Amino acid sequence: MTDALPDAPEAKTVTKKRTRLSFVWIFPLVAAIAGAWVAVNKIRSEGPRITITFLTAEGLEAGKTKIRYNGVDIGTITAFRLTEDHQRVIATAKMAPRTEEFLAKDTKFWVVRPQISGATVTGLSTLISGAYLGMEIGQSPERAREFVALEMAPVVMGGAPGRFFRLKTPELGSVDKDTPIFFRHLKAGTVVSYELDKDGQFLNVRIFVRAPYDQYVTPNTRFWHASGIDMTLSASGLRVQTESLLSILIGGLAFETPASGPLLPPAEADTQFTLYSDRADAFRPPPQNPQTYLIVFNQSVRGLAVGAPVEMRGIPIGEVTDVRAQFDQKTKEFSVPVTIQVDPARFGVKVIDMPGGTNAVADHRTLLDALVSRGLRLQLKTGSMISGSLYVSAEFFPDAPPVTLDWSQNPVRLPTQPGQIEAIEASVANVVKKLEQIQFKEIGDDLQKTVNELNQTLVTTRGTLTNTDKLLGSADKVMGSADRILAPNSVLDAQLGSMLQEMGGAARAMRVLADYLERHPEALIRGKTGEAK
Amino acid sequence: MTAMQQGLQSCEGCGLLSRPAPGAEERRCPRCGEELHFRKPDALQRTLAFLIAAAICYLPANLLPVMTTITASGEDSDTIMQGVVLLWSPTGWPLSLIVLFASIMIPSAKILALLYLVITVRRGAIENNRQRIRLYRIVDIIGRWSMVDVFVDTFTVALIQLQPLMSVKPAPGLFFFAAVVVLTMLAVESFDPRLIWDPASDSSRQPQMDTDGHRGEI
Repeated sequence: MTDALPDAPEAKTVTKKRTRLSFVWIFPLVAAIAGAWVAVNKIRSEGPRITITFLTAEGLEAGKTKIRYNGVDIGTITAFRLTEDHQRVIATAKMAPRTEEFLAKDTKFWVVRPQISGATVTGLSTLISGAYLGMEIGQSPERAREFVALEMAPVVMGGAPGRFFRLKTPELGSVDKDTPIFFRHLKAGTVVSYELDKDGQFLNVRIFVRAPYDQYVTPNTRFWHASGIDMTLSASGLRVQTESLLSILIGGLAFETPASGPLLPPAEADTQFTLYSDRADAFRPPPQNPQTYLIVFNQSVRGLAVGAPVEMRGIPIGEVTDVRAQFDQKTKEFSVPVTIQVDPARFGVKVIDMPGGTNAVADHRTLLDALVSRGLRLQLKTGSMISGSLYVSAEFFPDAPPVTLDWSQNPVRLPTQPGQIEAIEASVANVVKKLEQIQFKEIGDDLQKTVNELNQTLVTTRGTLTNTDKLLGSADKVMGSADRILAPNSVLDAQLGSMLQEMGGAARAMRVLADYLERHPEALIRGKTGEAK
Repeated sequence: MTAMQQGLQSCEGCGLLSRPAPGAEERRCPRCGEELHFRKPDALQRTLAFLIAAAICYLPANLLPVMTTITASGEDSDTIMQGVVLLWSPTGWPLSLIVLFASIMIPSAKILALLYLVITVRRGAIENNRQRIRLYRIVDIIGRWSMVDVFVDTFTVALIQLQPLMSVKPAPGLFFFAAVVVLTMLAVESFDPRLIWDPASDSSRQPQMDTDGHRGEI
């Protein structure tokens, strides 16, 4: 069958075209997956972008400056640009992912720079790392993307337990932002801010008292300046009062609740308090029943200051409120009227059977009339010899000439008694007079004479002494010569030696002669006759 | 006239020209044992795949930081381009240019050049053959120099480890950059330059512009 087939054309062999995918396509696939993964990661790690407006970008660096919250980096400043009016700097910052909830409308940003104030040293790490942005998360439910940076770090972090209060003070003293507030010498809070009252009469100081100290601030708590060393040189003497070493250096405020007062619940936040100038001022009880009187002195009142105490038997019952001078044209005399305010109850003097009711004024007059008739007089006394400060003392002088009070005047003029000062002056004058009577000239002359005689005696003595001196000099010379003669190797010494030798020789010769004579006594007569046999 | 048209295979290893045994699937060089092909298998497809992979990696390589410097003042990540900008100074500009050429321009130029070669070969273009083979050679020679960047980076990372003061860490961009360099080198390797000449010899009927002695029509 196959032979019958016609001459069929030979099938063309075609090399099969490869269409299968090469394995290398795995590379673009892997690259694409890796790229996609990186891209997704990048997008996921992209946080919100915010803008923060600064007055100045000093110390900040685009791409470097971080935004930190509680020490954790949660963003970076990426770029700066100026506002259209060229006054401020707008920084664009890229936040970490999932930080949207931090960006409340009242979230605060500020630049953290090293800061060394009296009380604290902060931001030291920025000396090395450069400035960074601090952040405080706001409470507002609204979200924002545009912020304005604070000029300074907030003194009190939001959310710190404690309460804010307001203090009213006529003068700021050494109070500043960050000034510590002490409670029983413990640091209990800080001054947050201060501003002038609208009418310019007072300063409103905003303070923050930390928990748990804030519970000790009750409506009758007193605040006062505890700035530095409070040295008061008054009639009561020198008084030094300080709060702590820190407050000496940088000043401070202190508060305390009077123990005598009623126990009240803690004060509401933002309660206003008065800031007193010192502790004594703060704890001075309020006026109870103040009476104003006038006393006129005809002496110097140098040393009598406004605020000087009025004392009755050493116990303060009031204070001087005004001191001025007046000149009477008719009598041509100067006098010094001093206004005093007496309020014994305020200073803790217990008044027994105090007049009250409708006839209080009349009772008061009767009482004072009675006291004056018993001899109540006011006089100036020296409180402190060092400072020379004076105080007004109310004393009873039963011998004083009687005086009737003129109740038509207001304030009533109370009688005075020449003060202690005048008495002292009188006695000093007396002493001086007595001193003058002493015959200084005669005493001086006598003394002169005596001295002259003594002088002569001394001259004589000096002559005697000179002679003695000479004598001693001669003796010294004699001793020197003797010393020379007796010294070893001296001429005398040598001669003495040779003499002794000669004498030795002579002695020997004598002995020989003596021996010979003993044996030959005849030799005395015959002389020496040759050698004996 | 080419070796393939004559049914001859040249060994890529030793250059021996041999006639393949008929029917055998896998042929080996009788002299050195290298696998023999008329042309590199799937050359265009492989080259294209590597090129696409390289192009994909090229984006993150330039967008992501290649190095993270940790100093006392904090972390600081830099991309290649940031490094170029950083180096650009009155004294450092030659260095800056080297980095710019080696790390940014050469890899992109390589990808574009190979893409051009693949497309022209695929379309059977016969023009500018000599220019194209020259392009291929240049790409082959300069390609490896891009790796310098990776080496510098790794050396820096290894050497600068002054722990509390300063240290350097590689950043993800570096891996993508290394991938770009390796992938482009693989692309060059898988491309068969002989393909450039195949269309010219296929159209042997037409008069050749190229009269180079050992290639083209006899």
